[in-house]
Amino acid sequence: MLLAGGQGSRLGVLTSKLAKPAVAFGGKYKIIDFPLSNCINSGVDTVGVLTQYRPLRLNQHIGIGMPWDLDRNIGGVTVLPPYEKSTDSSWYTGTANAIYQNLEFMEYYNPDYVLILSGDHIYKMDYEVMLDYHKASKAAVTLATYEVPMEEASRFGVVITDDEGCIQEFEEKPEHPRSNKASMGIYIFNWKVLKNALQVMKDVPSCDFGKHIIPYCHEQGERICAYDFKGYWKDVGTLGSYWEANMELVDIIPEFNLYEEFWRIYTKSDALPPQYIADHTKIGKCIIGEGTEIYGEVEHSVIGSAVTIEEGAVVKDSIIMNGAVIGKNCVIEKAIIAENTVIGDGAVLGTGDYAPSEYNPKVYAFDLVTIGEKSVIPANVKIGKNTAIFGETTLEDYPNGELKSGGSLIKVGDLA
Amino acid sequence: MRAIGIILAGGNSNRMGGLSAKRAVAAMPMAGSYRSIDFSLSNMTNSHIQKVAVFTQYNSRSLNEHLNSSKWWDFGRKQGGLYLFTPTITTTNSYWYKGTADALYQNISFLKNSHEPYVVIASGDGVYKLDYNKVLEEHIATGADITIVCKEIKPEEDDISRFGVVNLSKDGWVEAFEEKPLVAQSNLASIGVYVIRRRQLIELLENCAKEGRSDFVKDIIIRYKDVKKIHGYVMDSFWRNIGSIESYFKTNMEFLKKDIRDYFFRTHPDVYSKVEDLPPAKYNGDAVVKNSLVASGCIINGTVENSILFKKVYVGNNCVIKNSIILNDVHIGDNSYIENCIVESRDTLRANTEYIGEPDKIKVVVEKNFRYAL
Repeated sequence: MLLAGGQGSRLGVLTSKLAKPAVAFGGKYKIIDFPLSNCINSGVDTVGVLTQYRPLRLNQHIGIGMPWDLDRNIGGVTVLPPYEKSTDSSWYTGTANAIYQNLEFMEYYNPDYVLILSGDHIYKMDYEVMLDYHKASKAAVTLATYEVPMEEASRFGVVITDDEGCIQEFEEKPEHPRSNKASMGIYIFNWKVLKNALQVMKDVPSCDFGKHIIPYCHEQGERICAYDFKGYWKDVGTLGSYWEANMELVDIIPEFNLYEEFWRIYTKSDALPPQYIADHTKIGKCIIGEGTEIYGEVEHSVIGSAVTIEEGAVVKDSIIMNGAVIGKNCVIEKAIIAENTVIGDGAVLGTGDYAPSEYNPKVYAFDLVTIGEKSVIPANVKIGKNTAIFGETTLEDYPNGELKSGGSLIKVGDLA
Repeated sequence: MRAIGIILAGGNSNRMGGLSAKRAVAAMPMAGSYRSIDFSLSNMTNSHIQKVAVFTQYNSRSLNEHLNSSKWWDFGRKQGGLYLFTPTITTTNSYWYKGTADALYQNISFLKNSHEPYVVIASGDGVYKLDYNKVLEEHIATGADITIVCKEIKPEEDDISRFGVVNLSKDGWVEAFEEKPLVAQSNLASIGVYVIRRRQLIELLENCAKEGRSDFVKDIIIRYKDVKKIHGYVMDSFWRNIGSIESYFKTNMEFLKKDIRDYFFRTHPDVYSKVEDLPPAKYNGDAVVKNSLVASGCIINGTVENSILFKKVYVGNNCVIKNSIILNDVHIGDNSYIENCIVESRDTLRANTEYIGEPDKIKVVVEKNFRYAL
């Protein structure tokens, strides 16, 4: 069961029109491709994807699951949106509540085990190995943990285990953590244990796995084990970590390697043609998607499919998503530019002095310029750091042709 | 669903040099991320022809692998689908296909069991976009028995004497048709695309077989030229045949031109191909790339100029690749120099090696070095 209903509000304008799992990653992928590919590569071929927040793009992406070989006669992928009932119609109010509302789906397949995943992490993981561990340790519940640096542990739910890996105690975002084993939000339940817990806890408001279900199972004396995951795992919940995880892909031998034959990552790809690199270009460390045409300079960046970077443009330390057009002689530094955005000729992005975001300093930090999908930036404007733009902007929106550091122009979406 | 489609993809060509040793011409990789047959297959699906049979004979492993699923071209519907016909032994026949007409005749039940009134026959070695419905419309309007699609070949584009050369009357009726003439009487070539009524085709094939004849062009088109009404449909858009080393190299290189790329890649309708789920191409610090096409899955460390890198090519440090075509999954060791070459797919070129051809005599590189798997 893949939880893909969250907004991911800390990704700012990137998620104002689509759910976080549908955000582009690594040139041609979307975040949800990673857990979906992990599923099929692990032999999990019956997957329910729970959607809620702005599901259109997610639905279009998943379709019948063909790119992941999840178009099956039996099982395959099923998208599970919230639905109306004769009494008590409600949205999914929490992670466990969402699963509870789809008990019928799980009952139909009557599994031995249920794997709960979230659709917003970048990693490659063999869930079958985790399941083997779950069976071997005779656990009722196994949760995957990841060792984080001790000083960061207070941001996570951490677990304290005994010698066998059995969980003794939980601490949710503890001030003084006694362990650095953080829960990754990946659970394997024995089906009967899960079903019982969900039914007992069904009236808990905003019922959540970490806060309610796991503690309940613990109280009931169920054996809960921690599966220690070693490998690359990245939460891309903030613009900063999202940018960083993308940039790590361009390293000579990236820690997270997309080029291995083993454990392919699959995605729905529309564009097939090769990319074209023109004369008089300079290509530094970068990855570039299919059908992209580059006439300018690209350095240390992640470029999506069917992008056009015109003559004289310089793109540095940036993420450019599918279908964007970067005009002639633009200078773009540390920017995240979403799908089908058009940047006018001669625009300069990521310039000027540091200033915190006046719009939402918690989201728009990290000195990034963030531009939502299908935005238009007029020619020759200057845009500072920690800025956010969404929608078609014209020259009138830029006093003196400039958007100072920390500024924002939000013209479409819920926050307009 | 007025027509069924047939793609003749059985052929080898001795003008392909070493390149067709391991695959039929129709399976030749094209334009970085396609194969030759994708163009005809995409034309079929874009013309809403849903039932398509591909006839293969010569070394079809690579082609079969490419066509292992029909979903990429949107076939595999409940009505119709993609059919692959390779020669089989039957109680009455244990021969290979003796020719194109014989290939069709050996599978005549496919034609007989279909209900669509027309048949569109195409070849697997053309690079073009064509709405077969337009040809079909003209075929019906002119009341022709057979319609042949023709294209004017300019001397700089290709050598006309490689093709069937057609002379048309003012009204577009075929007056003369000569296969691979010593001296061409016109610059109009048949591109190997025909429209014909299904029952007419069955009748012609049966007559042909009774007389022990086997070639579609020689024994049907040319033999019946004065008996049947044969019409020429003249297309004026881009068309290239890739059946020789020179034209294969030249046609690929034409995709370095923006207008050609825009026509094939950024103009409706799309060309489809098998999706291989490769990661985006990766350029490391010292990569220098100029005027080149790079397909997904490539990793580039060296210099690449005026070249086409197909999928999953690895270019080592300090390599220089100029004016060359590197086919799928080639590994090029450090410090190598490659100019005016076509490097066969899945090759491993050792470090510090040099392969140099001439601009008018492209070298085909086929190495079978062992690659240590990573």
